[in-house]
Amino acid sequence: MINMNNAVENRKEKTHKPRSQWFDAWRRFRKNPIALAGLLIVLILILTAIFADIISPAVYDPHLGIVPAYEFQDLGNRNASPSWEHPFGTDNFGRDIFDRVVHGSRISLLVGFVVVGISMVIGVSFGTIAGYYGGVTDSVIMRFTDIMLAIPNILLAISIAAALGAGLINVMIAVGIGSIPLFARQVRSSVLSVREQEFIEAARSIGASDVRIMTKHILPNCMAPIIVRATMGMATAILSAAALSFIGLGIEPPMPEWGSMLSEGRRFIRDYPQSTVFPGMAIALVVFGLNMLGDGLRDVLDPRLK
Amino acid sequence: MHKYILKRLLMMIPIILGVTFVIFFMTYITPGDPAVLTLGEAAPAEAVEALREEMGLNDPFLVRYFNYVINMVQGDLGNSFVTRRGVIDEILDRFPTTLMLAFYGTILSVIIGIPLGIISATKQYSIFDNAATAIGLLGVSIPNFWLGLMLILLFSLNLGWLPPSGLDTPAAWILPVITLGTGSAALVMRITRSSMLEVVRQDYIRTARAKGQKESIIIWKHALRNAMIPVVTAVGLDFGFLLGGAVLTESIYALPGIGRFMVESITRRDFPIIQGGVLFLAITFSFVNLFVDVLYAYIDPRIKSQYK
Repeated sequence: MINMNNAVENRKEKTHKPRSQWFDAWRRFRKNPIALAGLLIVLILILTAIFADIISPAVYDPHLGIVPAYEFQDLGNRNASPSWEHPFGTDNFGRDIFDRVVHGSRISLLVGFVVVGISMVIGVSFGTIAGYYGGVTDSVIMRFTDIMLAIPNILLAISIAAALGAGLINVMIAVGIGSIPLFARQVRSSVLSVREQEFIEAARSIGASDVRIMTKHILPNCMAPIIVRATMGMATAILSAAALSFIGLGIEPPMPEWGSMLSEGRRFIRDYPQSTVFPGMAIALVVFGLNMLGDGLRDVLDPRLK
Repeated sequence: MHKYILKRLLMMIPIILGVTFVIFFMTYITPGDPAVLTLGEAAPAEAVEALREEMGLNDPFLVRYFNYVINMVQGDLGNSFVTRRGVIDEILDRFPTTLMLAFYGTILSVIIGIPLGIISATKQYSIFDNAATAIGLLGVSIPNFWLGLMLILLFSLNLGWLPPSGLDTPAAWILPVITLGTGSAALVMRITRSSMLEVVRQDYIRTARAKGQKESIIIWKHALRNAMIPVVTAVGLDFGFLLGGAVLTESIYALPGIGRFMVESITRRDFPIIQGGVLFLAITFSFVNLFVDVLYAYIDPRIKSQYK
């Protein structure tokens, strides 16, 4: 209540132009240290992925010619401890762990975006349809999400990955399918609350079609929770994909995926812990950043929860 | 109340059938011929064909699914391709380990998460609260398979305090339970905090303060009971999450539970075990959810009146 009064006063004093919901959100976002820290980590991840070839440029191998930094094997320098030359040390094949972690950011980012893309498009569509039409359509879609949610998420991903086989694309499908029901449920509940409002009735009375009402009137009003879920969903997707790779059902070596690096390095953990310590830190840091960003966005976009 | 429980049990039937269908379909499309897997690569073609006929592998998909369900209702989930033993027996041998692991993990998350969440909420925006919030977020972000490896590295390999694998002594449970429970403890803490914050702003708390009630009684008696409802849901959901998470924890510590068994079965293409394991865990999960909903009624009489 106090916040609201302040906001009203600020508005009177400082500005005469009406401001959009998003502008207000950005103002609140700037004041939220957790959200800013999260944004910083996520930006670092994105920049690392974009400039991976500059940070860790390709190397000349006397036998193979020019190879990507993450594939170059310095067999005379295996399992080296961290040093200036190899900040994270080298692994069992003499590959620089720093280079592999840097290039691994591309895979994790790709997995995060594609998985959230798949599950968001499908989940939001089903959720909107279920919430908007209600009745039998709603029941059928929701019972289906009940079934999916009855299987613990990682088990569902494991069974799908086992059916499809290992590999980058299959991992993204396996993790993506498991995330659909959460999006669908969330969007459905937002749609239910928007559906009964008067502006929807107004749109209908001037003859807008169902599709138009859903896409132009209902969905824009459900965006805030979708954005929050997408951010957090990306964190979960990166974690699940790494977990699948870790148990050998995901992205396989020699690709520099963080989970599969952990799984490879695990055998040498007793004597050469560097190949498990650093890839795991990378996963934790990125997931931490995305969760902080998502948390901050929720505070900012949904002031009711503040 | 009894009627409500009965209704919920009946509602579980279509869900379980759905889960069975999803899992059956998943293993149906998985490459690999069960008959060849049972007899081995070297088996003569006639023997494989005979076994295919006997196992019903030549029947259409829906017929096979229907037969599977009929057998399932009679308590028969088929036999393992590898050990030839019944799936139910194989699973029951390992289920207690997984269940205990998830149970201890839940206990850990409750005894750490709830008090921290309450303290955080009562001192909102204090240093303690900010630190607890950040640590809570970190706790849900650390991959538990990595946490497990780091705990082994520190406590088993470097310090030599605790065993790195197996469950031979009670102390051997410590690392797996911490590995499994950390993420949930953080989750429970976050939910307790936000739920408490919502409750302490309500009018009846202001009334209690206005009449001069002691703050400790307000928090621990008036606020906590209402704040616990979302927490109980979270703990219930968490238990299911832990049953799933046990797959990784069991693999890291080489524990004799269903999770590790299922991962091994995937590499061996032992489909009946995978089907049975997922089904078993999903059913357990559904029962836990039902139990949580019934528990509400005891925490909140208002909800009890809605259960009809």
